[in-house]
Amino acid sequence: MKRQMTGAKMIVQALIDQGVDTVFGYPGGAVLPIYDEVFQQNSIKHVLVRHEQGAVHAAEGYARSTGKPGVVLVTSGPGATNAVTGLTDALLDSIPLVVLTGQVPTFMIGSDAFQEADTVGITRPCTKHNWLVKETDNLGATLHEAFHVATHGRPGPVLIDIPKDVQFATGSYESPKPSTSRYQPQVKGNMEEITELVAAMETAKRPIFYTGGGVINSGPAASQLLRELVDATGFPVTSTLMGLGAYPASGDKWLGMLGMHGLYEANMAMHDCDLMINIGARFDDRITGVIDSFSPKSTKAHIDIDPSSINKVIRIDIPIVGDVGHVLEDLLKVWKSRGRKTNSEGLAKWWSKIEEWRAKDCLKFTQSGKVIKPQHALTRLEALTKDHDRYITTEVGQHQMWAAQYLGFEEPNRWMTSGGLGTMGYGFPASIGVQMAHPESLVINVAGEASWLMNMQEMGTAMQFGLPVKQFILNNERLGMVRQWQELLHGERYSQSWSEALPDFVKLAEAFGAKGIICSDPDDLDDAIMEMINYDGPVIFDCLVEKHENCFPMIPSGKAHNEMLLPGDHETQGVIDAKGSVLV
Amino acid sequence: MAALKIKKGATSHSAYNLRPNFSDVVEKHTLAVLVENEPGALARVIGLFSGRGYNIDSLTVAEVDHTGHLSRITIVTSGTPQVIEQIKAQVGRIVPVHEVHDLTVEGPSVERELAMFKVICKGEHRVEALRLADIFRVNVVDSTLESFVFEITGAPEKIDAFAELMRPLGLADVARTGVAALARGV
Repeated sequence: MKRQMTGAKMIVQALIDQGVDTVFGYPGGAVLPIYDEVFQQNSIKHVLVRHEQGAVHAAEGYARSTGKPGVVLVTSGPGATNAVTGLTDALLDSIPLVVLTGQVPTFMIGSDAFQEADTVGITRPCTKHNWLVKETDNLGATLHEAFHVATHGRPGPVLIDIPKDVQFATGSYESPKPSTSRYQPQVKGNMEEITELVAAMETAKRPIFYTGGGVINSGPAASQLLRELVDATGFPVTSTLMGLGAYPASGDKWLGMLGMHGLYEANMAMHDCDLMINIGARFDDRITGVIDSFSPKSTKAHIDIDPSSINKVIRIDIPIVGDVGHVLEDLLKVWKSRGRKTNSEGLAKWWSKIEEWRAKDCLKFTQSGKVIKPQHALTRLEALTKDHDRYITTEVGQHQMWAAQYLGFEEPNRWMTSGGLGTMGYGFPASIGVQMAHPESLVINVAGEASWLMNMQEMGTAMQFGLPVKQFILNNERLGMVRQWQELLHGERYSQSWSEALPDFVKLAEAFGAKGIICSDPDDLDDAIMEMINYDGPVIFDCLVEKHENCFPMIPSGKAHNEMLLPGDHETQGVIDAKGSVLV
Repeated sequence: MAALKIKKGATSHSAYNLRPNFSDVVEKHTLAVLVENEPGALARVIGLFSGRGYNIDSLTVAEVDHTGHLSRITIVTSGTPQVIEQIKAQVGRIVPVHEVHDLTVEGPSVERELAMFKVICKGEHRVEALRLADIFRVNVVDSTLESFVFEITGAPEKIDAFAELMRPLGLADVARTGVAALARGV
């Protein structure tokens, strides 16, 4: 049924019809009519951020922790350009977002009007798709299509640019219909190829599942199917940063995260396997190390909903285009119908080899003396929070990698981190988005002090909306990862990689009306963490840690999986050659 | 699509076309891309090529189906087989792209290009230019006492060859459309 309404009303109506309950945004001249409609309704909660970048990251946190698309509403010009980092972040990590931007009225487009920017031009390469809507009659259908595109196929951010006159004008609106969209990516895998993979699984001596964010994006059912598949076959499983939680960290087939700062056993198993089954990951350069020496002896299968991910970086022997959930369902069905075969003799040998690697205990560290090691801080955080209904976000850097190494994730959608883009300043606003979606849960942002300062203005948002987010800052007064690379690559010349003139984080918290906790003594750590958990409100936890701790294990850039640096490898100078040093 | 003479081919639902080809030889491929004729559609395709560092040797675009709002973009590109496969996959996932066809591998196809040449010449050169134009079945579309504008249609190689012949005779200006291509047969 078609109804007449203004464009602004249509926007709010479409959001309601799409099941949106929360919008993250910031008003401005070009979105005033929409904000007027937001004012006159109670179905959708609007979270007023303090910077548009924060709105997008908050929406990402909301999306990753719920599996629903995150929604953002910002104004034209600077509102839109401030959203660009978040859009790029969401594109690289395949996070579904619908971002609405105001635009100057259609008759002023191109005149360099006040707060005019070519938003669709600027955001074309950092969205999955975007639209400039020039007629109110097209607005409703475009909004519905935007939700469809953001959430179907490989998820991603979409943007709709809406001129102010289109918001004021009246047009006809229709509620969403079961999808009439032309955009229908393939979700079922080809059965011949699935059967070929099953045959390879039946005989493989040294198989490994290498899983990624695609398992989580596919939905909770995909994680369940993965667990069933891993447990039934007995194959070892590792995951990218983005895929943590799809398989439980407590599972005995779990090798831990792989990649540049992944676990020794995971990387060695990737290097020596004879069958690699990539499920929803994309052979990112943080994962592969140097391509020429990447897993040289393996047959490689790749399950991905995006055909362009296959053979982009690594040549694939068994490509399967499809949604992880659908493909795993068929894969299990075929494997069972053929008699649930595996090469048990080969597998037993493979596991004993893996146990040898595990025995290296690559994450070991010794907490001694009066300075808190960052690994120790996270080990204690894990011990004291793992039984809570817990969500973790992170910023970007050493603390992020330590969090991935020392925290355990038992369920999908519990771990929100900026993987592909590596956006410092992601974690705090993301924690706000997560807490909005899960008001009763314990939401912790594991941060570094430098990253955290990049979006610290969002303290205002946390206070205004009473969001008890815990900011667990591992404060080494350094840009730790930059410093580590300068140590490895640039002769310990620590150019600009220290945090000077840091605020007193306790006073900063108090200035916003939040709680501040500072801890520098390992003996006080547990009590301080408990104080943070038990406080009903936002907390900034300033954890003063060892300043020059390096993050290991590490595949030095330009090296292969079996050339890792381990803790205790003190000879770090000159491990990266000229070829490796140009890599990021 | 039948009206547009486009065969459903290698871009079907099978992933078999994603099997690696291990050649590192750079090949030239002609791609036909059918895309929704909406604002920015061409910018998306071109932005993809520049953003990911692919080559565009030539590019033509025009609406081919007015009622269906479809434009056809013909791109001649070059790269190793892996890069070509990647280009097709990347173009194929652009939301308003309906179909991507690699005319170089999907069976025989015809390629044509239109070009115009301005040749400024007098005396013997003038006679020679006209004689060559006749051999190449080239039309004269403008003439003064000191110049011709020739119009030539053909495969790009034929146009290259004619350009080389005109150069010593006083070739002053060239306009080329880039390649349009269709699969042969039904």
